[in-house]
Amino acid sequence: MTDFPDPLPWLIVLPLLWGTLAFLLGPGRGGRLAIAAIALQGVLALQLAGQLLDDGSRVYAVGGWGAPLGIDLMADGLAAVMLLLTQAVALPLAVFARGYFAASPKGRELFWPLTGFLLAALNALFVSADLFNIYVTLELLGLAAVGLVAIAGGRQPVTAAMRYLFATLLGSGAYLLGVALIYGSYGSVSLAVLTPLLTSEAPLAVTLAAALILTGLLLKTALFPFHFWLPPAHGGAPAPVSALLSALVIKASFYLVLRLWLELFAPLATVAAAQLIGALGAAAILWGSWLALTQTRLKMLVAYSTVAQVGYLFLLFPLATLVPLGAADSAVQGGVMQAVAHGLAKAAMFAAAGSMIVATGRDDIGRLGGVGARLPLTLFSFGLAGVTLMGLPPSGGFSAKWLLLMAALESGQWWWVAVMIAGGLLTAAYVFKVLRRAFLPVAEGDRVTRVPRTLEFSAFALALAAILLGLFGAPLLELLAVGRAA
Amino acid sequence: MIDPWLPALVVLSSFLPGLVIFFLAEERIRLRTALNLIGAFAKIALIGVMLWGVLNDHEYVFRHTVLPGLDLVLKADALALLFVTLSAVLWLFTTLYAIGYLEGAPNRSRFFGFFSLCVTATVGVAMAGNLFTFFLFYELLTLATYPLVVHRGTEKALRAGHIYLAYTLGGGALLLIGTVWLYGVAGQVDFAPGGTLSTLTPDTAGQLQIIFLLLIAGLGVKAALVPLHGWLPMAMVAPAPVSALLHAVAVVKAGAFGIVRVVYEVYGIEFAQSLALLLPLAIAASITIIWGSLRALFQDDLKRRLAYSTVSQVAYIVLGVTLFGPLGTLGGLVHLVHQGIMKITLFFCAGNYAETLGIHKVSEMDGVGRRMPWTTLAFTLGAFGMIGVPPLAGFISKWYLGLGALEAGMPWVLAVLAASSLLNAAYFLPILHRAWFRPPSTAWPHESIPQRGRWETAPLLLLPPLATAAATLVVGLFAASDFSPLDWAKLIADREYLQWTP
Repeated sequence: MTDFPDPLPWLIVLPLLWGTLAFLLGPGRGGRLAIAAIALQGVLALQLAGQLLDDGSRVYAVGGWGAPLGIDLMADGLAAVMLLLTQAVALPLAVFARGYFAASPKGRELFWPLTGFLLAALNALFVSADLFNIYVTLELLGLAAVGLVAIAGGRQPVTAAMRYLFATLLGSGAYLLGVALIYGSYGSVSLAVLTPLLTSEAPLAVTLAAALILTGLLLKTALFPFHFWLPPAHGGAPAPVSALLSALVIKASFYLVLRLWLELFAPLATVAAAQLIGALGAAAILWGSWLALTQTRLKMLVAYSTVAQVGYLFLLFPLATLVPLGAADSAVQGGVMQAVAHGLAKAAMFAAAGSMIVATGRDDIGRLGGVGARLPLTLFSFGLAGVTLMGLPPSGGFSAKWLLLMAALESGQWWWVAVMIAGGLLTAAYVFKVLRRAFLPVAEGDRVTRVPRTLEFSAFALALAAILLGLFGAPLLELLAVGRAA
Repeated sequence: MIDPWLPALVVLSSFLPGLVIFFLAEERIRLRTALNLIGAFAKIALIGVMLWGVLNDHEYVFRHTVLPGLDLVLKADALALLFVTLSAVLWLFTTLYAIGYLEGAPNRSRFFGFFSLCVTATVGVAMAGNLFTFFLFYELLTLATYPLVVHRGTEKALRAGHIYLAYTLGGGALLLIGTVWLYGVAGQVDFAPGGTLSTLTPDTAGQLQIIFLLLIAGLGVKAALVPLHGWLPMAMVAPAPVSALLHAVAVVKAGAFGIVRVVYEVYGIEFAQSLALLLPLAIAASITIIWGSLRALFQDDLKRRLAYSTVSQVAYIVLGVTLFGPLGTLGGLVHLVHQGIMKITLFFCAGNYAETLGIHKVSEMDGVGRRMPWTTLAFTLGAFGMIGVPPLAGFISKWYLGLGALEAGMPWVLAVLAASSLLNAAYFLPILHRAWFRPPSTAWPHESIPQRGRWETAPLLLLPPLATAAATLVVGLFAASDFSPLDWAKLIADREYLQWTP
């Protein structure tokens, strides 16, 4: 650990510190501090990515103890990509949130402390090296997220938060049960220790544990048919919260599914299980898109769009399991690219939707007339984010889809091609449902006010990043390859 | 070296002004006009440089790696420049026309912003160096034209926009499947004269035939091949400059041009012939030619009649592509240019009738030649060109298509050409008869631009169609001289046939 300061622990400590400070400063304060700190976190994440590209993946022993006694932090390319995504989404959203809560103060009291804890939990989760630490970070993440859903108060958000709490606790319960079974079989929770021990001849208890852990995580990722909790929670929270949840929080449990599937549970993976997960993903894409199309509230539409987009993430499992190496690589790259692209685009879309709601004073797709004339940049951002979600080039969403499509063709699984193309068309349908309304002149009796510039530009920055990712995605894939067996 | 950047600059020359225009306030008319014109002239100047280079066997290639094995390639070769030059020059006229047409209308910044994006996409389509790049700009074209189609915001416009999106995004999806599949089979290959697929092993032939079908179906939507043409007559609700753009400069041309690229520079005309792909396409094009003309006969709405005429005329380009032999190629390629010039003239004129006198229907056109002689003169030249009266542009196209049909051993195509010319005459001549020889009715439907001295309508509305009508005559009369579209098409045809011996 010659570098000082080492970015790995600071990525966790820093958000904890500013979260606590924001709490001490008093209700609604600490926004500026948060923005500065997140910018610093972004620098740290970049620094870490640079180190990984130079020296390969690495381990950090907290307090110098090391496993099995102490706690290890572990960073490889995949973790670094997720860390970069987290800070890249959080920074514009923090700027957005400051403007948003100035215009619409409901729920601002606890936003900054909870966001600090949320980011700390996320960063810690990505670099956790053992199953129990992962459990702790998952719980912290879940509680912070539930808190954020409830901050606005009122009956609907609190009901949604309770439902979300139930889902997230159920998920972590299943996860913990699985971890206990594994600990019982091998006497360790360290991923590094367990990975060589776990083979395809593992006892039944371990298979059961894997099933429990993955199911718990799928519940937290809101994969169809576990998506029931997501739309009310993401659709009911204040816009900056919805953006954080949709862009980042569900990606955390997806990240764990991916990591465990590819590494620890790889010997147990079967084609049937992979196809099942893929089928759930396909159902999510079609069902979620269809429901998005039938919504009348803007934020509910965006929330159902998340249900659908989550489906694309899980198409990577059938495409990466027991197929030729080239196809598997391309599938994992496509899945991670989709996670990043969706993170940026969905944050942009929720932010833009938030601005539209502030401007029109209501959350109603039918009353968006005039938005195109008064908030052209916001509408443009919404459109750009939509382009990414549709998977049209050039965008991160297209790159993701391209990689997944190539994997599908290379591994001879053409049925996923049909699902992806159909999903893209449905996405276009619900995105244009919003755009065409917003192009109309303002309706009689409605008013569209302007919103602060920071709201418009932060959404635009996120949407632009999602587009640029499509043009300059190669370095990200290079980073992703660090520490993965070639 | 600046060379690789020239194609990128051509794309940026309308993209950047477009972005700025989006954010201009409505009332900044001068700045907006200046930006539009600077972009248009810069584009033409850049293209001029590249034309000279390509003539001297120089190639301009811009390459950027998006993902491993996926490059964004912009390439200015002879074929690209044929289309780029056409769209850049016609864009200039259309911009001038649109400035006059939209004077005082709302949402002009938005209109001209998307207008610029639309041209950006078109030149990108023209200069795309591989299928991925082509697909990128092809989809951008869809997204950029949608707001133009629904620009008026009426219920009818929104419905047309809906249909337009359903068709074009569906077509885009087919194109994407075909592209991904082809990349899977053949890897990444750039467009190259003579095609690149003939080196693949024979057992891929079946796959290549299906991929061809997917690609052509995807492109056929924009090229409005029957039965994929339904969106085009619906899109008539758009403002006249947009129609001009859809029909002559951008959308249908992008589809037809894509078919040219796929047949000549992906598959290679000789390889496509050996896979037995050309005859079915020729039949589809012939059906489209006849069907479009037949439907045009029965339209009373002037713009709808012109729209069906486009359906028919664009299929000439596709027909030329499928006639195996350099003469057919020549006919198809030269019609790409000629149809653009003629059709834009006709739409400009239709827009003038509507804006000046409120005339939307053929049945309202009695005696309009006396009130608007210059516009009607331009319309007449365009219509005669479409029918194929020598020495106008359309005659040259049909002449080479006919020769090409004989060369390819498909004499039945001559019957299609003859029937279509008769039908063209049958739907254009009554219009001309009404306009010139019938007495005018007592009052025009809605006269909004009064006669002012010699000017029968606003100058910016009159001059562009006169210029393009003159061009219809000039490219026909001087087809045999250097630098004519025909001459340039010869240059391309020479490079496409690798083993041709007549």
